[in-house]
Amino acid sequence: MLSSSVRGRTASVLKQCVRAFTLSSEHEMLQKTCRDFADAVLVKGAPEWDKNHTFPADAVQEMASLGLMSIEVPTEYGGSGLDALAYAVALEEISRGCASAGVIMSVNNSLYSSPVLKYGSEEQYETWLKPFTAGEKLGCFALSEPGNGSDAGAASTTARDEGDHWVLNGTKSWITNGYEADAAVVFATTDKSLKHKGISAFLVPKPTEGLTLGKKEDKLGIRASSTCNLIFEECRIPKENLLGSSGQGFKIAMATLDGGRIGIAAQALGIGQAAFECAIEYAQQRKSMGRPLSSHQMIAEKLADMGTRLESARLLTHKAAVYKDEGRDFTKEAAMAKLAASEAATFIAHQAIQILGGMGFVTDMPAERHYRDARITEIYEGTSEIQRLVIAGKLLKEYAL
Amino acid sequence: MSLRRALVGCKRVIDYLVKVRVNPQGTGVVKDVKHSMNNFDEIAVEEAIRLKEAKKLEEVVVVSCGPKQSVDVIRTALAMGADRGIHVTVDDTDKLEPLAVAKIFAKLVDVEKPDLVIMGKQAIDDDSNQTAQMLAALVDWPQATFASKVVVSDDASKLEVTREIDGGLETINVKVPAVISADLRLNEPRYATLPNIMKAKKKKVDTKTPEDLGVDIVSQLEYVSVAEPPKRSGGTKVESVDELLDKLKNEAKVL
Repeated sequence: MLSSSVRGRTASVLKQCVRAFTLSSEHEMLQKTCRDFADAVLVKGAPEWDKNHTFPADAVQEMASLGLMSIEVPTEYGGSGLDALAYAVALEEISRGCASAGVIMSVNNSLYSSPVLKYGSEEQYETWLKPFTAGEKLGCFALSEPGNGSDAGAASTTARDEGDHWVLNGTKSWITNGYEADAAVVFATTDKSLKHKGISAFLVPKPTEGLTLGKKEDKLGIRASSTCNLIFEECRIPKENLLGSSGQGFKIAMATLDGGRIGIAAQALGIGQAAFECAIEYAQQRKSMGRPLSSHQMIAEKLADMGTRLESARLLTHKAAVYKDEGRDFTKEAAMAKLAASEAATFIAHQAIQILGGMGFVTDMPAERHYRDARITEIYEGTSEIQRLVIAGKLLKEYAL
Repeated sequence: MSLRRALVGCKRVIDYLVKVRVNPQGTGVVKDVKHSMNNFDEIAVEEAIRLKEAKKLEEVVVVSCGPKQSVDVIRTALAMGADRGIHVTVDDTDKLEPLAVAKIFAKLVDVEKPDLVIMGKQAIDDDSNQTAQMLAALVDWPQATFASKVVVSDDASKLEVTREIDGGLETINVKVPAVISADLRLNEPRYATLPNIMKAKKKKVDTKTPEDLGVDIVSQLEYVSVAEPPKRSGGTKVESVDELLDKLKNEAKVL
């Protein structure tokens, strides 16, 4: 006989397992909303947006009216009031339709709204949160610099205290949504001697005097989203635009990226799913040597590996999301999810082109776009190498002798 | 003036994207697949919600007859904007025939006193296209089937319904209370937004059994067997018009 406390614990562990394996009816319902919307709008629009570098403004507006731009923001601030699992499920479906729409959504949700919600004050919510939930305004996140990407603690952008103002100087690079955004969460050093403990986070309106945009980057993938530098030259912002407390910036950035990694994992799953669907459909229709490609063992093996990598990464992503929802430490889980999902996406997109052959190489089929879109997921919000560092660090602590 | 209440039917069916397969026993189809709300019922729900938004209707009550998972389609309708749901539990929907569903609705009409019942013109699983008509007969209300447009009169006493018929479109006036069946072009159903999905959790769903309603749902039909349609065999090429005529006459026997 199990003691009641052990049984209780087993039951709660089982409940968690069930939650990660099967979605609740609410999650299934929002998955359907996102999938139907993606099929009707994004799948059709994505090829043109990609080709012409077009920001899908109408689609983003529609996504906002479906409640997709602020999934985890409570309803009293205009958000959808849902959880991280809902965010992961929704973002996967949107990215399956258009990876660029996925990253635009991801940045507004996890990189902009999330730190504002977590570290902002009620007064700041009025200006910096509420207008960003309904698609009226769009946010971005400015951490990387030309001289430091993965090494966020080495920020060289400075914020000078001038009584009732902060004055920002420096350049932030690789800013997704940089062109369209109406506000940015910007990280800058207030006290260089304190190193990463001297970094603070600021809310900067766009456009504003002293802030100029660099050229719009021409990219391999996610071409419908904009990426550019934010250049600060004696940019004055009011004192009350400090997010959180002075010196809290590095902590805010790291906590934000933990949540962001669940988003990028979900984006990668969407790209992988789209590439997988494209390949498995083609493999059954296209004949070679008198029979469907899928009946050749070498192709069947690829499909099996693609499906397995995708499903394992999905389970890790959902697990990380459930951990976040339960208020547990999810840093390791999010890093594992992002690593597994982004590597699965690049693997699957690569194999999809191999299955399609020449048809995979031309733009008539979406496989080549999935291949290009997948690549970034191993780079931004922490490269695969950084994820491995984070994971190894956590594991070595867990198993320390 | 507005209509007081509409009852809207929403059936849980195998999702339209799923490839339906006959089970190995040949007694029915494989059920362990994705299910959704019948597409024509989605249109019916949307129409009721639009009438409500246009202040032509006060309350939208959705009804589904089926197993416990049918609550999911009721929740979907509530997330779209319906006000409350009634779930009539029936475990084996294979044996649930249009007449039985019409009888259940007739009883609910007694209880709920709606001014309007809207249903999809047919369900995409059995394609019966009978329930709305049978219900209209049972409650002795006018019926407007295959609706592609519904206009409520200013005093809410009549409906002007455009119907899709073989020859084109027909417009009829019916007095309320009435039964409408929704055709494909009546509207385009909305997506359930994320905040509304959460709000739907708090809306009321009553559960009833056919016995509670005093309805006998015993099947009048016997299923003998269920089989896949024969596979299409490949065509042949003919060399000449004469050969074609010969084949049409002697093989296909259509001339």
